[in-house]
Amino acid sequence: MTKMINVNIDKCTGCGVCELMCSFRHHGEFNPLKARIHKTVYLEQEMAVPVLCRQCEDPWCARICPAGAITKGTDHLTGATVVTVSDEKCVGCKMCVLACPYGCITVGDALVAEKCDLCNGVPQCVKFCARGALTFNDAAEDMLDRKQRVADTLLTAYQEA
Amino acid sequence: MYGWMGKVLRVDLTKGKITVEDLDREKAKNFIGGRGLGVKYLFDEIDPAIDAFSPENKVLFVTGPLTGSGAPAANRYVVVTKSPLTGAIANSTAAGDFACSLKYAGYDLIILEGKSKKPVYLWIDDEQVELRDADGIWGLDSEETIKAVQNVTSLRAKVACIGPAGEKLVRYACVMNDAGRAAGRSGVGAVMGSKNLKAVAVRGTKGVKVADRAAFYQAVDAAYQTLDYEYVEEFHQTGTPGVLSLVHEFGVLPTRNFQTGVNDYADKISGETLADTLSVRRRMGVACPGCPVACGRVTKVTDPDFAGLGAGPEYETIGMFGSNCGVDNFSAVAKANFICNKMGMDTISTGNSIACAMEMFERGLIPQEDIGFPLTFGDAHAVVRLTEMIAKREGFGDVLAEGSYRMGEKYGTTEYFMGVKKQEFPSYDARGLQGMGLGYATGPRGACHIRGEAQDLDLYGVMNWRLTADRGLEVLDPLRHDDKPPLVKDVQDWFCMIDSCGMCNFMFFLMVDEDQMRDLLETATGIDMGGYEGFMRTGERIFNLETLFNRRAGLTTKDDTLPKRMLEEPMPDGPAKGHVVRLAEMLPEYYELRGWDNQGNIGEGKREELGLA
Repeated sequence: MTKMINVNIDKCTGCGVCELMCSFRHHGEFNPLKARIHKTVYLEQEMAVPVLCRQCEDPWCARICPAGAITKGTDHLTGATVVTVSDEKCVGCKMCVLACPYGCITVGDALVAEKCDLCNGVPQCVKFCARGALTFNDAAEDMLDRKQRVADTLLTAYQEA
Repeated sequence: MYGWMGKVLRVDLTKGKITVEDLDREKAKNFIGGRGLGVKYLFDEIDPAIDAFSPENKVLFVTGPLTGSGAPAANRYVVVTKSPLTGAIANSTAAGDFACSLKYAGYDLIILEGKSKKPVYLWIDDEQVELRDADGIWGLDSEETIKAVQNVTSLRAKVACIGPAGEKLVRYACVMNDAGRAAGRSGVGAVMGSKNLKAVAVRGTKGVKVADRAAFYQAVDAAYQTLDYEYVEEFHQTGTPGVLSLVHEFGVLPTRNFQTGVNDYADKISGETLADTLSVRRRMGVACPGCPVACGRVTKVTDPDFAGLGAGPEYETIGMFGSNCGVDNFSAVAKANFICNKMGMDTISTGNSIACAMEMFERGLIPQEDIGFPLTFGDAHAVVRLTEMIAKREGFGDVLAEGSYRMGEKYGTTEYFMGVKKQEFPSYDARGLQGMGLGYATGPRGACHIRGEAQDLDLYGVMNWRLTADRGLEVLDPLRHDDKPPLVKDVQDWFCMIDSCGMCNFMFFLMVDEDQMRDLLETATGIDMGGYEGFMRTGERIFNLETLFNRRAGLTTKDDTLPKRMLEEPMPDGPAKGHVVRLAEMLPEYYELRGWDNQGNIGEGKREELGLA
C-alpha cells in the first residue's frame, strides 16, 4: 500500500485550519467555502468530522466523466494514488458531482471540477493540522495504528474492570 | 484591500437604515483593526462624555486584518463602546466563527448606532443586510437565542447575542457568540441591550486575500514552527484552569475578596482536578477557528444541586467564583459559570462582586434583610443563587447588577470594592505581582489581566518577546517594583497590537513574538509598519488614544489607582507575605516613560508625535 491522507476523528478539534490552508493553496484566499476538505462541527456532541476525497482506486467521478477529464494516477513525489482533473478537458457538466459518494468533487467559480490533488505530494491540510487529526502516511501503517488504538482501549477497560 | 475587506457596515437602529462605507485607509493603516481601529472610529464619532446607555453611544464589532486568515488562531473580534460600568473605553474581545464570518461577509467592522424602538436582530447575509423583529427571541438565554436566530436565518449562520442580563442592563453584561465564547468585560452587552439589539447573525461567502501570498505563507509557516508544542499540548489538556496551581504557588490567588493570596482548598479547584472530574470528551472542547491549541472544554455537572452542561469554566471564573468567594465546590463554580454564559454576564465581575458583598455582609455593612439570606464566604449555594438573581435583577441582585463599586457607594464605603475604574479585578492579587499592580492601575478599561500582561513575564516566565529579550532579561522577580514601569509600558503597547491584529493573545505566550506578528501584518496588508519601532509606536498610539478617550470622558489620573487593600494592607500570608503594591513609586516613572506630564495628562507634543493631534 502507499501513502494516503488518513483521518483520526478522535483528535480533530474542528479548528478548520485544513480548510483555510487548502483554500489558500488552491484559490489564493482564505475561504472555507472554497476548500476541498470540509469539517463538520457537532457542537452538542463536541465532535468534528473532516471529510475529504478518498482518492478511490476505482473513482466513480472518473468513470462517469464524459469528457475523460478525470484520471487516476500516481503522485510523483510520494507514489500515492491521486485522482486529478484536467482543466482543459473538463466541460463543467457536473456529472462527477452527482457520482461522488463523498461530496468531495465540486464545480466552483472557474466552472471546472475541483478536488483534492494532494498539493503535489505535500498536502497543506496535513502540514498545518497541529493536533495530528490528519496524517499523510502509509495506509498499512495507519491500519495498524488504528488496531493498536482499539487494543489500547481494550487494555484500559480490562485494567479498570 | 488586502487583509482588510475594505468595507464598514453602518446600522442606524433609530431609523432602521443600513449603509455600507469604504474602510478609511488612513485609520486602518494607523490603527490596524480590532481594539485600535475600534477606538479610532468611536473616538471620532462620539463625545466620550455621553452616558453609556444613551442612544448617542455606539457599539462597534471590529475584526482585525488577520481575522479569518490562516495565521494561527486568527479568529477574534472586539466589541468597542463606551462602558456603562467604568464610563471609560470598553473593548472586549472574543474568538469564534462569528468573527471570521464577519470578514467572509465582506466587512471589517459593524457600527451600531442609535436605538431601536422595539427589540430587533441584525441578519447579515453577504450584501443582504436587514434588521428584523426580535419578537419571540427577546428574553431567551444566549444558547436559546443562537438556536432561535439560526432557525429563522440559516443553520449555518454564526451568531453573537446578548442574554437576559444584557436586556436588563446589568452593568457587566457581555456579548456571547458561537458556543460559550464571550466578549466578556465592561458591560458591552448592556450597551447592546440599551439599543434594543438582541443579536447579530452573519453568513459570508467571500475570502480573505493577502498582499504577498508567498511571504504570508512563509510567515504563517514560521509562526506555526515557533509554537512551543509541549506547552500547546499541556494547554490543550487543562486549558486556562491549568494556571491556577501556579498562581497559587506565587501566593497571588485571590481568596475571600482579596483578603489573602493563598488558601487550603486551591487543589480542589485546580485545572488538573477539573480535567479529572467534570470535563467531558477526553478533556477538550471544540477549537476556535484555526487554533492549534483548543484550550476550551465542556463540563458536565451531575450533582443535582448544580447540574448542567456547557463551556468553561475558565481560570478567571474559577478564581472569582471559587477561591475568591471561599468556595471549594467545583460543581457550584461550574454552575455559576453556566448561568453567566446563558444569561450573558461577565463571570469575573459577577464573582468578584459577590465576594465583595460577602465581605461587606460579614463586616456587618450590608444587613441580611437586604440580601434575604446570610451571605458568608464559602456558601456555594448562596453564590449560585445570587448569580441568578443578578442576571434577573431580582431582589439584592438588582444592587449587585450595578457592580460592586456602586454597591459600596450605596452602603457607605467603597473600601471593599476590589478593582480599578469601577471594574472588578480578575484573578490575580497584585501585591505579589508588582507589574500587574501598575498595569491594573493604568489600564484604559480598568482592572484587567489581558490588556498588559505583565504577569506573563514574571509569573508565566514568557521571555521570548523582544521587550524582554532586547533588554537581556531572563528571569523577573514579581515582588520587585523598580524594574516594572518600562516593562509595563511596553507590554501594554504590545497588547494593543495583539488585540488589534485579529489573533488570539495565547499564540504570543506560546512564543510568537513581535517581529513575527509584524511580518504577518505586513505581508497580509502590504503596509510598511516602519520596523519594530514603528510597530510598537502603533501600539503606543492606540494606548494613548484610549487614554485620551478616557480623559475626555471625565476620568483623570486619580482613577489610575488601586484599592486601599492593595496599597496599604500587606499580604498576610504566603510567598508574597508583607508586600503591598508600590504604586506611588512606580507611577511617576511610568508617566514619564509615556511622555505624559506629571499629572498623567497627554500633552499636545505627545499627541502630535503619535498623530493624535
